[in-house]
Amino acid sequence: MSHFTPVSALVGGVLIGAAAALLLWLNGRIAGVSGITNGLLAWKRGDILWRLLFLGGLVAGAGVYYGWFGNAPLARPNFPGGLLAAGGLLVGFGTSFGSGCTSGHGVCGLGRLSLRSLVATVIFLVTGILTTFVVRHLFRVY
Amino acid sequence: MGKYISLFVAGLLFGLGLAVSGMTHASKVLGFLDVAGDWDPSLLLVLGGAVGVTVVAFRFILRRPAPVLEPGFKLPTAKDIDGPLVVGAAVFGIGWGISGYCPGPAIASLAAPNWETWVFLPAMLLGAFLHRASTLSPGDTAHTPKSEKGSSA
Repeated sequence: MSHFTPVSALVGGVLIGAAAALLLWLNGRIAGVSGITNGLLAWKRGDILWRLLFLGGLVAGAGVYYGWFGNAPLARPNFPGGLLAAGGLLVGFGTSFGSGCTSGHGVCGLGRLSLRSLVATVIFLVTGILTTFVVRHLFRVY
Repeated sequence: MGKYISLFVAGLLFGLGLAVSGMTHASKVLGFLDVAGDWDPSLLLVLGGAVGVTVVAFRFILRRPAPVLEPGFKLPTAKDIDGPLVVGAAVFGIGWGISGYCPGPAIASLAAPNWETWVFLPAMLLGAFLHRASTLSPGDTAHTPKSEKGSSA
């Protein structure tokens, strides 16, 4: 069960926005995690280190928080591994095909007032909500 | 050297934000997507807070001729609302709704003692690889890798 946490949600959101602004201001890059990650698959010389540095920072930032405050996410006791694999496959395929995810289209695309990103964000929110309904309320998987 | 430090620091802030907001908890993300259950609107405030910052900051940043540490901005160039965008976003949403993970939280979760991401992440990379492979297949003239360059958000 999860509860509404408005203050930490807003503070975390502002930090995420600040991170995206910092990356654009200093490095001129869009902080889209799927784009940065999927780009590693091309394995192009000179196009790898910057991606690994950002992603390494991503892991370190979460690690710092868990180290100080605890509350690290644990595996759900009854969630099937097969659904995690299926979800991962679809997320990887979909973000590569659709050129972005919650951070690239959501945080950054909306920040650039991109119509493409607005359309993408509305679509993945709608299919996400419908899918969660099916998984939780029809199949009773939590 | 500075540009490498800033990449790491930007990632660090991003990961910190994800952890602070609770978005690395898949059950909290699903608590938002589950509008028919005990709805948790937190994700809306995370996205709202982040976009509130980027909308204002990007406006000023993109007035500059170039970023501080690089010769130019690397921005997505695609403008069309096309099939790949629509289908890709729809498929991504389905995977997100099944698992509760999108790419950022899945990677940040590597810092947590949570095996879920060790199943999710390899599958995610495989999914992205399968899409790449489908756009690069030789002899398939209908699917030349047109959205390959600069469209990645």
